[in-house]
Amino acid sequence: MTLPLFAAEAGVESASVPILPALIAVPLFTALVLLLVPKHRVAELKLVALLGSSITAALSIWMLGAFDADDGGLQFVTQREWSADLGLSWFLAVDGISLFLVVLSGILFPIAILATEPHHDHKPYYFWLMLLMTGSMGVFMALDLLLFFLFFEIVLVPMYFLIGGWGHGRRIYAALKFFLYTMAGSALMLVGIVSVAFLSKDATGGLTFDVIRLAEAQALSDTAQTLVFLSFALAFAVKVPLFPLHTWLPDAHTEAPTAGSVILAGVMLKLGTYGYLRFGIYLFPNAAHDLAWIFMTLGVIGIVYGAAVATMQRDLKRLVAYSSVAHLGFIVLGLFVLNTQGIQGAILQMVSHGVSTGALFIMVGWIYERRHTREISALGGLQKSAPVFAAAFTLIMLSSIGLPGLNGFVGEFLILLGAFQGARWWAVVAVSGVILAALYLLWAYQRVFHGPAEGENAEMPELRFSEGLAILPLLFLIVFMGVYPKPILDRMEPAVERLVTHVEANVNGFTEPGPEQFPSEPATAEDLTHTLEEAEERAEAEDHSEENGDHSEDGDHSEEEGDHSEEGEG
Amino acid sequence: MLSLLAQIDPPVGIPEQSIEWSLLLPVLILSVGAVLLVTITSLAPSTRDNHFPAIYTALCGVASMVVLPAMWARVAPAANAGGDPQTPAGLIGRALGAGGDGPQTIINGALVIDHFTIFITGIICLAVVLVALILPGYLDREGLAGPEWYVLLLLSASGGVILGSADDLIVTFLGLEILSIAVYVLAALHLRRSESQEAGFKYFILGALSSAFFLYGIALVYGATGSTRISDIAGSLQIPNESGLVPLNDASMLLVGAAMLLVGFGFKVSAAPFHVWTPDVYQGSPSPVVAFMASAVKVAGFAGMLRVFVVGLGEASGDWRGMVAAMAVLTLVVGSFLAVVQTNVKRMMAYSSIAHAGFMLVAFYVAGSDDADSAMTGTSALLFYFFAYSVMVIGTFTAITILGGRGDGRHSLDDYKGLAQRRPVIAGCLAILAFAQAGIPFTSGFFSKFRVIIAAAGSGAYVLAAVAMLTAAVSAFLYLRLVVAMFLDGGGDHDDHDEIDLTDADEAAGGEAALESDGSGVALAVEASTLTAQGADDGEPVPTAALAVLVATVVLTVLFGILPGLGGDILREAAAALG
Repeated sequence: MTLPLFAAEAGVESASVPILPALIAVPLFTALVLLLVPKHRVAELKLVALLGSSITAALSIWMLGAFDADDGGLQFVTQREWSADLGLSWFLAVDGISLFLVVLSGILFPIAILATEPHHDHKPYYFWLMLLMTGSMGVFMALDLLLFFLFFEIVLVPMYFLIGGWGHGRRIYAALKFFLYTMAGSALMLVGIVSVAFLSKDATGGLTFDVIRLAEAQALSDTAQTLVFLSFALAFAVKVPLFPLHTWLPDAHTEAPTAGSVILAGVMLKLGTYGYLRFGIYLFPNAAHDLAWIFMTLGVIGIVYGAAVATMQRDLKRLVAYSSVAHLGFIVLGLFVLNTQGIQGAILQMVSHGVSTGALFIMVGWIYERRHTREISALGGLQKSAPVFAAAFTLIMLSSIGLPGLNGFVGEFLILLGAFQGARWWAVVAVSGVILAALYLLWAYQRVFHGPAEGENAEMPELRFSEGLAILPLLFLIVFMGVYPKPILDRMEPAVERLVTHVEANVNGFTEPGPEQFPSEPATAEDLTHTLEEAEERAEAEDHSEENGDHSEDGDHSEEEGDHSEEGEG
Repeated sequence: MLSLLAQIDPPVGIPEQSIEWSLLLPVLILSVGAVLLVTITSLAPSTRDNHFPAIYTALCGVASMVVLPAMWARVAPAANAGGDPQTPAGLIGRALGAGGDGPQTIINGALVIDHFTIFITGIICLAVVLVALILPGYLDREGLAGPEWYVLLLLSASGGVILGSADDLIVTFLGLEILSIAVYVLAALHLRRSESQEAGFKYFILGALSSAFFLYGIALVYGATGSTRISDIAGSLQIPNESGLVPLNDASMLLVGAAMLLVGFGFKVSAAPFHVWTPDVYQGSPSPVVAFMASAVKVAGFAGMLRVFVVGLGEASGDWRGMVAAMAVLTLVVGSFLAVVQTNVKRMMAYSSIAHAGFMLVAFYVAGSDDADSAMTGTSALLFYFFAYSVMVIGTFTAITILGGRGDGRHSLDDYKGLAQRRPVIAGCLAILAFAQAGIPFTSGFFSKFRVIIAAAGSGAYVLAAVAMLTAAVSAFLYLRLVVAMFLDGGGDHDDHDEIDLTDADEAAGGEAALESDGSGVALAVEASTLTAQGADDGEPVPTAALAVLVATVVLTVLFGILPGLGGDILREAAAALG
């Protein structure tokens, strides 16, 4: 065996604290600690899990603070040789693209743990959740292709147990479907990973799975690039999920326990879109550019199809699940227009979708706990007895619709802006998704919360204090990201710029994809912030009263008032 | 008497041989150990209690493993006499102060002792030790006794070692038969189960048929090349032919001969289309015996195949690689797709072992490549696969042995329902092993597959790699079904949140109450009482030795998943012996 060794340059730009390994190690350690707690000590189990996930969240937020906003490259790099024999390295880093996804994963887990409880078998439940957190953290930080693949696959196991063990209805069917779909989708990706490493072997000076070196080498022929890209794209298309491969999603989302749905929507779907960006477009810019129209088309189909099917749903949770298909369609559209606005919007939308859909799943989970049904027709008039609950739901729902001033809007707007420059007709169709989203969500809201409250609906318990505490960070993020997305966009911009430059440099005869080529000058960062500010101003003017209400949401007490004024709007 | 013997002259005509007994030690320990075991237990009946023979057999296995590092250093190529001091093997070699003699051919060219032989011997001996440790618990439970199980185990292992080191087709056949005949008997040795008899019979009939093919193949290859020695065959295929043997003038005879040999080996390693015996035999045979069949027998079969094809017929690889590729694809497809419809766990594992044979065949295909680098990668991938799969499959069948219950019959998937509640440790171990076999990351199962894919992609066999991965995704379903049964199917009741295996009406009512009350203490109390009731209900004690084997296999599986580079130099050197 003469595989040339890959000597890792350990800790090239390494921060003084190995923050990224800590983000993986803390949840893993917590999982092991959980094994030592006796299984009937339910409160302690929850406390340990909450503590572990909160420390991880705190670490991720600390990392956010320490992140250098002007640097578009990799930060907090940790690189250790793992198996020289196989060319593997333990290569972790974040940049502006993955930073917010890591933070999002960090935040969602403690919230999911706080917000819901399993009804049985607490110990394995928290154990799997913590393992899931370990994997989710790793997958967004891995920059070694094989390490990424390992995390990408390993997250299936805890999620499979969570859906199968603590889900509802046809949970086993849903868990199996989820696992097998993803496994089958990613089977070819492993062949693709190995192929790209081998085909680049001469250019990179030895067998390596280091994404950066592979991307810089660009050693593949056009045909090989297309084939390997497709093997990656299939795996990610299942994960996103893109239109014809989405059928596992409604089942998995609906049958999963609330925490499972939150993580599935908030973190795991992003693996697909993040994968497209980091491993599809970055590694194979030429193939991605050539085939962009396919993915934009599938994304747009997803937007319209997801929205149309969501409208028809009788189950509230299934409705939210289908709304994910539509939202993810937006993200894919934004990624494959291959310009700065589109990609920035897509990343922002990944985070936004994680926050607002995660919050929606939590709320739906609470409705189910209170009423033991998710049938929209069996619910009604809930706002009479639970006004605060309804108000929180309204805010989240409006963010999911993409109301200006809330987080959903900024991402969607940027995506549409990018798409309009690169692929005008796709953008035109995609806009209809915004309207449809308003239709299905508002209609559902109307049926669930308005109207006369009968029977048990009249005694719907109000939002508890602990529940409010759990959902509050998400509400805050919804408003904050909607009103002031600049710090977030600033941090991702250099990295996205770099990516777009990389794409442009490596595509033969680069033009932005789509038949409608705008002869416009390339969009600069100033343009972007400018347009965005305009949009915000408009949004602020439209929803002035609403924002005032939201701004006062800092204390627990004022939350009620803020949400009350919301509800009047909704 | 002695003086009489001394008067006998050595027979005229046969040149006097000096045999390097030290290099034969592993085979000697195993085979002489078997004979001694028969003698001891027949002279002292008190030793026939299952425990003495088990410990004795395990010690024989350990003893033949202990001599391996010294042998490793001894046969190291002269270039790195004593071995690389960086490696554990090298360190031991240095300490022993020996080494650098290069591969040794002993007994007039019958056996060749090189790093490859030693690696294979190590795996077979490991299998012997592990299986010897799970046998006594099984025999006690089944009310069986007798040293013959252990004797046959040792004999079979010695056959495997001979097969792995044979440098002559006749010796290969000898090894194959010693290995097989002992296993035929082992398969039928559960005298009170008719399935076991049936399995032994089927295995024997089909095995004899495949042996006939194999012999015919030897004859044809001999006809084509004029020798049965593997190294001479390799020489006679070389162009220009400098071996002084019959120049290859009949390529078609060689081709047919190679095909016949492939049939013979294909049967041993259960490659499609010669796999049909596997499910029946695995299902019927005593579970610990299946552990041995799936590990040592398969590994020895592949080892012989490597020697005959890669070393002997390597120059003619263009002739047989196509057949191997076709066999690999067929084996992968059959193993993964037919597994989906099975409901008996042992049958499922039989199909899984067929699918794994398919993966090994892919590596074998690469090992036969003309390109030396690719061939090396392929061989070392195959060697790692041998080790990882043997450990996983022995662990799996250890768990199956424990769970089989008295009569070794509780192997339906339904019997595994709710196992996580009843026997959490065994269920957890079996789940890890199942996921490992499915190729989930951070297990040795993933890296064994990954090495095969790397080898295949490196030699340009992308299609084979893609087929292998796709079928691996299909066979994941098989392992998931097992996990679903153990962890998620709480015993037939599919209600929301119902994980509790409800055994009687009283508890069922309690369980319902648990569902209604909102996760409070009452529910937990009920749940806890249900669980303890069941724990007591399932009172069969688990033999400690078997449990230790299970845990050890799990630890090894996970360890090699976290440190995939462990032992990489050993793999490389063992693979280099064939190159």
